[in-house]
Amino acid sequence: MSAPRLQMRAGESASLVLREATVLDPVAGIDAKHDIVVRNGVIAELVAPGEANADGIEEIDAGALHAFPAFFDPHVHLRTPGQEHKEDIETGARAAAAGGYCGVLAMANTEPPVSTPADVEALLAEAGTAAAVKVGFLATVTRAMEGEELTEMASLRDAGAAGFSDDGLPIRSARVLRRALQYQRLCGGTIALHEEDPELSGAGVMHEGPVSAALGLEGIPSVSESTMIARDAALARYEGGRIHVQHLSAAESVEAVRAAKAAGVQISCEASPHHLCLTDEEVRSLDPQRFKMNPPLRSETDRQALIEGLRDGTIECIATDHAPHAAEEKEVPFEQAAMGVTGLETAFAALHTELVLPGTIELGPLIERLAGGAEPFGVERPSLALGSEANIALCDLSARWTVGEDGYESRSSNSWCAGKELTGRVLMTVAGGQVAYRLRSFSMGVAA
Amino acid sequence: MRHLLSIEQLSKVEIEAILDRAESFAEVGRRDIKKVPTLRGRTVVTLFYEASTRTSSSFELAAKRLSADLVSVKAAGSSVDKGESLKDTVATLSAYDPAAIVLRHPYAGAAQLVAGWADAAVVNAGDGKHEHPSQALLDVYTLRRRLGSLEGKRIWIVGDVLHSRVARSNLIAFKAMGAELTVCGPPALIPRGLEQLGCEVEHSLERLGEADVVYALRLQRERMNESFVPSIREYAAHFQIDSRRLGSRQLLMHPGPVNRGVELSGEVIDSPQSLIAEQVASGLVVRMAILYELLAAGDQEPAPVAGNGHATPIGQPA
Repeated sequence: MSAPRLQMRAGESASLVLREATVLDPVAGIDAKHDIVVRNGVIAELVAPGEANADGIEEIDAGALHAFPAFFDPHVHLRTPGQEHKEDIETGARAAAAGGYCGVLAMANTEPPVSTPADVEALLAEAGTAAAVKVGFLATVTRAMEGEELTEMASLRDAGAAGFSDDGLPIRSARVLRRALQYQRLCGGTIALHEEDPELSGAGVMHEGPVSAALGLEGIPSVSESTMIARDAALARYEGGRIHVQHLSAAESVEAVRAAKAAGVQISCEASPHHLCLTDEEVRSLDPQRFKMNPPLRSETDRQALIEGLRDGTIECIATDHAPHAAEEKEVPFEQAAMGVTGLETAFAALHTELVLPGTIELGPLIERLAGGAEPFGVERPSLALGSEANIALCDLSARWTVGEDGYESRSSNSWCAGKELTGRVLMTVAGGQVAYRLRSFSMGVAA
Repeated sequence: MRHLLSIEQLSKVEIEAILDRAESFAEVGRRDIKKVPTLRGRTVVTLFYEASTRTSSSFELAAKRLSADLVSVKAAGSSVDKGESLKDTVATLSAYDPAAIVLRHPYAGAAQLVAGWADAAVVNAGDGKHEHPSQALLDVYTLRRRLGSLEGKRIWIVGDVLHSRVARSNLIAFKAMGAELTVCGPPALIPRGLEQLGCEVEHSLERLGEADVVYALRLQRERMNESFVPSIREYAAHFQIDSRRLGSRQLLMHPGPVNRGVELSGEVIDSPQSLIAEQVASGLVVRMAILYELLAAGDQEPAPVAGNGHATPIGQPA
């Protein structure tokens, strides 16, 4: 079976010393101050602070900074092909780099959807010239995302598809998903599922509950998500398939995944920063720019259940569901606005501010989950262990900044954090052994 | 008050101030010349994206009675049909420098958005299933005239609450005025979590006798197709307000338009307990009061009134 292919722009391999950084990589068992030496894009030395020999390569004073394994996002929308007015591979990858990510997986719900081997090859070629971080592409499960016939999954895998997803839409037919799970035995490739029963979601635009009742907005009930997860977990179990549940939003969904894992189903799942930080109370503002997405922001009970799932490992990764939209698609009444918010540039800072600083979750598990999206798709997890390819997020945990004040790397500005003051900022990202991002003020400060 | 976007934004005192103002306009309405020069030289735009008889005609007449210049735009037949966005339409109409924009729109929050884009005072004349504040004010006005006060009065709102902006605004307004609210209808037509707005929820008319006021809502026929209720007949059998269910001391209200024989039987519509015609009459004076509060209440001189050719100030209502 083919492995997923990820591509990025070829460039100069990084060689630098991060002097006296606080290095935290829970998976590699590293949690101490070190000098990190990167040579030719590889973590060449990890030595006691002040011990590294720079040998004339760039030195960065990281004494007040943290070095984490760079993050990996298994769920972003790069809008290419067809919707480049929202985002393209170059701007999306730049946004990822600015958020400390070394790799992302792009969803296939483009115009047209990514359904053929030629589509995947063209996108990988484009990433190879345009992307600052590694980009992989999922292909659709069904042709043109119509939910009827399977794509040529084996050929798509040969072309390098990182997995399969009709994200944006659920796979309505249990028969079709079953066939895909059967075919997966032949070609591999995790099937990522947008879980939602369209019969229950109807024309809903927000979580169903007291807030939707007060606003007169049609609700999307929690059970719209959890009933589909239960159905698909049962199918995966029956066929021995491998599934990944996207953007969990409801308490019932966490329970459904937990139960499936206990039953031995090959299932993984993700939660998004906005679902971990916000509730449907935000929708009272009727601001679709920041608060309209699918799945919707849910209740505080749901949010707490997601946090608990993240803590106990039921939810193994954080995925931004970075969903750029042009201004005119959001400057309309809530019900008419496009679903989705951007998140790559703010994920770490938002979660650090909202969950780590108040003591809700510890820094270690957060860092672990921010890179947890690689393994479910058979991609190697970013690591700071000696000899690894250099994938590093260098962060200042005390930096305070206001989101959007300097604009965005993304082409779109529908950030759910817009205007928020956050604590913690990515200063530099090394991705695939290359320097992918430096915060301008940071690079100015150390350039001398 | 800069805009009227929701009932939620108004305190009891502010609601009463508008209703008191409406009382004074009721007096104007009894004169031969039913017009005052208050808004002379100012422009009111009504922008309606949905069909409306009562709300649009009463806002238009209210603006005219206050001597404003009126531009009345209906989405059908306008550039909206050609795909112009709400934002661009508002920018276009703003070129006339209107003092007020009265907006009816099929989606929640539209008036709030327009308030952010335009310099004019914005009146929400119904946004989706969200709010309809002028309706709530005219209903409170109508009830206040009949009952004196709503304090402690028991009001039942009966019918399709899920799809009703009137129900939402009236719940908030009636509660603000001290009434006790019960909402009654088939379970699928009562939004989940509604009781958190501070009302009781019933699925049967058994205890309807407790109500001082019965406020019935329109049941749209297309709801049948979506299985909210099995049939019109079944709905009427359980939830129609008829002379058997409506006691002789109970008042009956309805925002219109009525589906005769569905939510209300013909005989109760025309009964002496029915306030439906009064609600329409109240609509005019309350909407005059709303425009006045938004556009003229801040003026230093008292609003002059043209009565029999002589300008006289509106007296403060008792």
